[in-house]
Amino acid sequence: MGRLKTLWHRLGSPRWFYEISGPWAAGSLIVGLIGIAVGLVWGLAIAPPDYLQGNSFRIMYLHVPAAILSESCYILMGVAGAVLLIWRMKLADMVVAAAAPIGVVFCIVALLTGAIWGRPTWGTWWVWDARTTSMLVLLFLYFGVMALRQAVPREESAGRAAAILAVVGMVDIPIIKYSVDWWLTLHQTSTFKLTSAPSMPAEMYLPLLVSVLGFYTFFFGVLLFGVGNEVLMRERRTQWVTDLVRSRQS
Amino acid sequence: MTAATFARAPSIGRAFTAQVQRDLTIAFRSRSELINPLMFYVMGISMFPLGVGPTAERLAEIAPGVLWVLALLSTLLSLDSLFRRDFDDGTLEQLVLNVDPLFVGVLAKVFAHWLVIGLPLTLLSPLAALMLFLPGAAVPTLVLTLLLGTPILSLLGAVGAALTVGLKRGGLLLTLIILPLYVPVLILGAGAVTAVIDGVDPAAQLAWMAAILALMLTLTPFAAALALRVGLE
Repeated sequence: MGRLKTLWHRLGSPRWFYEISGPWAAGSLIVGLIGIAVGLVWGLAIAPPDYLQGNSFRIMYLHVPAAILSESCYILMGVAGAVLLIWRMKLADMVVAAAAPIGVVFCIVALLTGAIWGRPTWGTWWVWDARTTSMLVLLFLYFGVMALRQAVPREESAGRAAAILAVVGMVDIPIIKYSVDWWLTLHQTSTFKLTSAPSMPAEMYLPLLVSVLGFYTFFFGVLLFGVGNEVLMRERRTQWVTDLVRSRQS
Repeated sequence: MTAATFARAPSIGRAFTAQVQRDLTIAFRSRSELINPLMFYVMGISMFPLGVGPTAERLAEIAPGVLWVLALLSTLLSLDSLFRRDFDDGTLEQLVLNVDPLFVGVLAKVFAHWLVIGLPLTLLSPLAALMLFLPGAAVPTLVLTLLLGTPILSLLGAVGAALTVGLKRGGLLLTLIILPLYVPVLILGAGAVTAVIDGVDPAAQLAWMAAILALMLTLTPFAAALALRVGLE
């Protein structure tokens, strides 16, 4: 308990975080990239083709992790926002700032790969499917948080405003997801049916698991790098950042 | 806090009523701001027959969605003025400084906003439904969904309005950050009306809207109050 408390207080110092996070960021990036590479090669080349969808299902090894990550990233952003609002921890603000663009990229990757998969499988690029729609709304929520942060001139107010929106969005996300699911069942037409294959065999499931874990680790690394950059940007007028830049230049 | 402090400060109930009365008085003194969202509602609806053709069947089919989307947009357009005028003349600062707890003041302002925008929209909706040939049996449900849904729109919108109050051009940004949050209300509201047309009992959707209203009533005033504090820093 005592050590946790010390860690908590240390997190209040952006400089300490920057110094500790560098190696962690690099390590997670390397491990994450290896995980992604293993997962993708395994999934794309080695796993058996689907008996119904043939090879097109393989995009799942990219699509599913991106979709999972984009949601996890929003939850992380909302939690960081709450931490900022409750304890006014500077670092939490930087996490919100760094997480939003990463979430947007994962969201767009998930939507794009979904569209590419949908073309041969459903015969169309876009379907107002429940998951597609809630992913689109999630993208809009990310855009809102980013736009609000950019629009507010004062840095501190911008961070807190974005945090409030992120928290409100996090409360709303389950309602949005539920209502979108419901909307689809009400409006369901028999045009498209998801080919509900029997539960996946291990040869298909394991590479997906490796890929998801790889993506999580990669995300953690990118996030740490992003937060580190935020620290440098905001502390750019302090002595330690100047010293750091000078030592790198020489 | 001593008993004397309580005696001097107005009670929460009186602060609430005073705020509502003040906002209503201001609203009725600037008629155009009062009428414009309603005009937008009717005009926006009349664009749809012009766009998709005047066939009664086609219009009736899209009517629930159109009526609800326009209610959403009219509310959005009116939201910018929720805190803007008070911010410009400094009354908002007084509200933040003097009304304790602040969420009561925010709730009063949202209530006044709903009385001026949401309620008239609801009352006007049967007329708009007539223009789009919405089946008569669905009209009571439409009114009921709007009665439950427009307060949610005002409450969620207040958070957006509070977040953008200090910004020079907050109007469009407000729309961008709030529209995604309106998705459930739109789905449930339009869904309930469609359900009635299809002969399905809309009770489930109505119950859900009531539940969301209760949730938003308890959460958004705090979020908006916090956002106002941030905006006035």
